[in-house]
Amino acid sequence: MDVGKDLVAASATPLVLGILAEGDSYGYAIIKRVAELSGGRLQWTDGMLYPVLHRLERQGHVAAKWSASESGRKRKYYRITRAGRAQLAARRQQWQVVDGALRGIWMEACTA
Amino acid sequence: MTSFADQPLEEQIAQWRAYLRRRQGVDGPDVEELEGHLRDELAALTQAGLAGDEAFLVAIKRMGSLDALSREFALAHSEGLWKQLVIGPGADEPAKTSHTETLVVLGLAIAAALAIKAPALFGLRIGPDEELPPFYLRNASLFVLPLLAAYFVWKRGAEVASGLWLALPFAAGAVFANVFPFRTGGDTEALTVLHLPIALWLVVGIAYVRGRWFAGDGRMNFVRFSGELVIYYALIALGGGIFTGFTVIMFEAIDVNAKWFAAGWLLPCGATGAVIIGSWLVEAKQSVIENMAPVLTRLFTPLFTVLLLAFLATMAWTGSPINVQREVLIGFDLLLVLVVGLVLYAASARDPQAPPGFFDGLQLLLVVSALVVDGVALAAIAARISEFGFTPNRVAALGENLILLVNLAWSAWLYARFLRHRGSFADLERWQIAYLPVYALWAALVVVMFPPVFGYR
Repeated sequence: MDVGKDLVAASATPLVLGILAEGDSYGYAIIKRVAELSGGRLQWTDGMLYPVLHRLERQGHVAAKWSASESGRKRKYYRITRAGRAQLAARRQQWQVVDGALRGIWMEACTA
Repeated sequence: MTSFADQPLEEQIAQWRAYLRRRQGVDGPDVEELEGHLRDELAALTQAGLAGDEAFLVAIKRMGSLDALSREFALAHSEGLWKQLVIGPGADEPAKTSHTETLVVLGLAIAAALAIKAPALFGLRIGPDEELPPFYLRNASLFVLPLLAAYFVWKRGAEVASGLWLALPFAAGAVFANVFPFRTGGDTEALTVLHLPIALWLVVGIAYVRGRWFAGDGRMNFVRFSGELVIYYALIALGGGIFTGFTVIMFEAIDVNAKWFAAGWLLPCGATGAVIIGSWLVEAKQSVIENMAPVLTRLFTPLFTVLLLAFLATMAWTGSPINVQREVLIGFDLLLVLVVGLVLYAASARDPQAPPGFFDGLQLLLVVSALVVDGVALAAIAARISEFGFTPNRVAALGENLILLVNLAWSAWLYARFLRHRGSFADLERWQIAYLPVYALWAALVVVMFPPVFGYR
């Protein structure tokens, strides 16, 4: 099952912020975590993660730092900021509204 | 670095990197970050048993189409809206057909030219031998800025209703410029002349960003637009001056005096129409002469830093205090305006993600030295303010000094944090754009409050 493109795009920000709220991370690890969380059913084009990260950085929701990885290569690590946490909380509420509404209609469809 | 013993694979990575570098919107650190990702992916795939070239194909496929990728990058980066035009299809706004736009712009420019001539019907003439009635100075911005705002309302496809809201501040401006019984040649009238355009420029800005002042990059793009417009306007004025000169000289050769035409028609109509035409050129050609203002900023930041430092050093060396003349405060206001401008345009062109560099240090030095110079001047002025008394000019100049001082002091703090890796450049950019309405609100305050408070003198 493929999740639609629009839905993937809409869920990208809360997913990335949520993952960073678990702890600092970098691009490749975030992609892996998304695959793990969705059981591989949420397919991101890998490259598309980075513009999302950069946009969040620009908006001040995440902060980034270049530092050496375990392999010695320079890697850009991302950390969620306080503004990012506030944003995450807001997004979470929005998604809960959507989720609640969808559940409501599907429950009715089941019982009907 | 996760490098691979597999030589062909390294070559393929190098090729991919070179290809990526040529893309618009993707810059050095982005390429490095993406390459890091590609290498992590390749390492995982080869570990899972894929051969080098197989792994490369899979990793590239997962990375996604470079076209789509570079477009996303360009959008995410600072000059988002600015570069969308260059990137072409895929931008989500349907472009207005250029033919219609030309007609609309010409129509608005002619309307502006007619507007400035309309008062002549009521006996307020502009001519070579007459003194310019102060009515024109007070209302200068009202002849053209509403039309410019209308152009943006049309261009951005905003609803007519929101356009009508924008008419309110212009109407208010017209009321405040004309109802007060100014004493001829008084200070408060001059203050209105200077401040009304600043206040109304914010309204143009709101039209420019389609009413969504707080969303996205619109404000920074408006700052860029303003800078480019000043440059275009100066160029058009230069050409216009030459044109006017030729008009007068050529008719003089056949003993016809064309001065009444040059001063009464060419100059006022050209000056107002050029604002519309200049704005249209900036909008249309922004990809061609992109970012002229930041280039000038780069050129003049070092020069002004040297000037300020030399000034401070000389003052410390000779011990000569600032000679507090009547208008010295205004001089220092202009200095601060200039420094704020340099900081603003440096910020508008900078990639907020780039690490601190030499130029950022220079900017901080410029800001700090401007703060010191202004502090010295303010101390000198404060010592003698009782002697001068409070005139409208001085209160206005002091207020502006304070507003700019607050901006620069906080900018210096943010710059220092950024240079010490404690904060991001985006903070500074946000501070600068968040501060923009303060100038306009102060200008509005001067226009509305000062004349009655100071008795229209």
